[in-house]
Amino acid sequence: MTAAPVLLQGNEAVAEGAIAAGARFFAGYPITPSTEIAETLARRLPEVGGKFIQMEDEIASIAAVCGASLAGTKALTATSGPGFSLMQEMIGFASMAQIPCVIVDVMRGGPSTGLPTEPSQGDVMQARWGTHGEHSVIALVPSSVLECYTLTIEAFNLSEQYRTPVIILSDALVGHMREAVVLPEPGELRVAERGTPDCEPADYDTIVSDLDNILPRPPLGSPFRVHVTGLVYNRRSGAPDTEAPEIASDLGRYLREKIYHHRDAIVRVEEMEMADAEVAIFAYGSVARSARAVVKWARAQGAKVGLVRPITLWPFPTAAVEHMAAQVHTVIVPEMNIKQMSWEVQAAVGGRAKVVDYGRVDGKLITPAEIKELVKREFYYHDWRDS
Amino acid sequence: MSALVDEQKLEAAPHDAECKPPRIKPHTTSEITPWLRTPKTIWCPGCSNGTITRALIDAILGLQLDPEKVVVVAGIGCSGRIAQYLEYSTVHTAHGRALAVATGVKTADPSLHVIVAMGDGDCSAIGGNHFIHAARRNIDVTALVFNNSIYGMTGGQMSPTTHMGDKSTTSVRGNVEAAFDLSELAHAAGATYVARGTAWAYRQLVDVIAGGISHTGFSFVETMAVCPVYYGRFNLTADPAEFLKSQKEHAVPVGKFEDESRLRERYPVGVLHHSERAEFVASLQAMGDKAREAAHG
Repeated sequence: MTAAPVLLQGNEAVAEGAIAAGARFFAGYPITPSTEIAETLARRLPEVGGKFIQMEDEIASIAAVCGASLAGTKALTATSGPGFSLMQEMIGFASMAQIPCVIVDVMRGGPSTGLPTEPSQGDVMQARWGTHGEHSVIALVPSSVLECYTLTIEAFNLSEQYRTPVIILSDALVGHMREAVVLPEPGELRVAERGTPDCEPADYDTIVSDLDNILPRPPLGSPFRVHVTGLVYNRRSGAPDTEAPEIASDLGRYLREKIYHHRDAIVRVEEMEMADAEVAIFAYGSVARSARAVVKWARAQGAKVGLVRPITLWPFPTAAVEHMAAQVHTVIVPEMNIKQMSWEVQAAVGGRAKVVDYGRVDGKLITPAEIKELVKREFYYHDWRDS
Repeated sequence: MSALVDEQKLEAAPHDAECKPPRIKPHTTSEITPWLRTPKTIWCPGCSNGTITRALIDAILGLQLDPEKVVVVAGIGCSGRIAQYLEYSTVHTAHGRALAVATGVKTADPSLHVIVAMGDGDCSAIGGNHFIHAARRNIDVTALVFNNSIYGMTGGQMSPTTHMGDKSTTSVRGNVEAAFDLSELAHAAGATYVARGTAWAYRQLVDVIAGGISHTGFSFVETMAVCPVYYGRFNLTADPAEFLKSQKEHAVPVGKFEDESRLRERYPVGVLHHSERAEFVASLQAMGDKAREAAHG
């Protein structure tokens, strides 16, 4: 028996997904268009034995999330552009210190205060490179209310598995949209637990994670007496060591490779009508909703158009784009920014297909009609009937 | 009186001079050293940080805390290095963020004794916002500030506790800004235990730290520290012993302190403020318990 559908907002779905994933700590600061996540969790977390704190700013919010996670609790924060900018320092700390946590960025128009109530995809590069120094992150992009729920659970699983901050790149449209959804039953979706290292505290410093065996860190206040630092540290002992270049190199490469080595397992891409496509639309998040409508329309016209929708934006789905480039003559990249991901697509396509970028930065969703026009231009021979 | 507007009825605060911190018998060096991860530090000769580190271990031992439940969260700067030297669960966070991280640690696991080590710039410049809000919440952590009135790690720049007229590498002609009185700032923001000690008066320092740790609520312990290499050399004396001895002249027991102008030459030491009010994590727990009762009948 399936549960009855419920009418849920994207932001509410993120909050419920976090609870289903076992998150029991939220720290945040009010900011449009993410505030409903904080409001929902302020109400819901105490009911399930969790804690909600409204912090003094976004820096404090992500810092408290790091602290709660280090104490052994799954934790998240939610924000939007200006707050996401403020969080970058501590996202770097979480990356360096390998702290599992989830950051939800409900994207709005920027830079600065920008367009607080309007959607944007302007933070996709900031999600990857916003903090200083070599590091890697995982970023997921929901394009529906149901995905706001399921990808939040997935984000927690990935953050625990790879001991890394995971960013959910929602936007004002997906976050504020309401859809009737049937939420998965408890137990239907995998929920990763943290676990503790299978060794005596005295032996803890002698065992070391490798790329295929990323060990959990014991919580603060345990017999393991861990040291956590944002300095470069020796991966074997955990002790800071800023003198030895080989120690810094080992850590720096490990922090990158622990994500990229597992790229195939992490990356999820949804393809639609790609089997025989001649033109592909590469679209993510809310824009993918318009792109899906265009693919249906084009197929009804007999035009071979397909959709490649990255669900994982970082690490970049290079393999899927390479595969697409070998097949189609044109890739259209509509996005609510100017060329941020199309550069990345172009790099992966490597000249094997034409890449057409199309950007909007006016806070308005890219409509199916706009993408239709882009598609039409790529079929010189096609007889379009309905336009 | 605290600057905090609080709807909760405040219990009558005991008179400051009457609040006596626990008396801790200092431990021997062989009792102290097992709680250090390394005998080597990066601190300069004559620095007070080693003294404060020892005083903290002394206080933890004296209170007989379960060492597995002790968590030290530190910021960035000379003082922040304490995290890597102590044999407890330790977190060396980012500059200014120690109290915000500690808020998450304590809230997620209230059974922990959370001690936050910060420098003066760490606490009151870059971390100033986290500082006043942690005090306002009255979260049960102990903030231990190493106040040497200068940024030592970066080579001697002025900080918010550098006094007017003092010289530093960024105030070569004398500082034109007024200094914070950190203890009064903590009190005004709502801290329920505020004490000041000096590196000179070791036993008093141990006692006021122990008083802070055993207090339920936000406790603030300001240690007047000497930095002979930068602050002393630019302003007073580069001789560590002479600098340390000068603290004996500057520090006045709180009961005898009359000069309210808070001149650089005189400051009160001891437990400056002490009161009781609802602690943040306990209030959060109680609210959660009620919510669960209502939700599950």
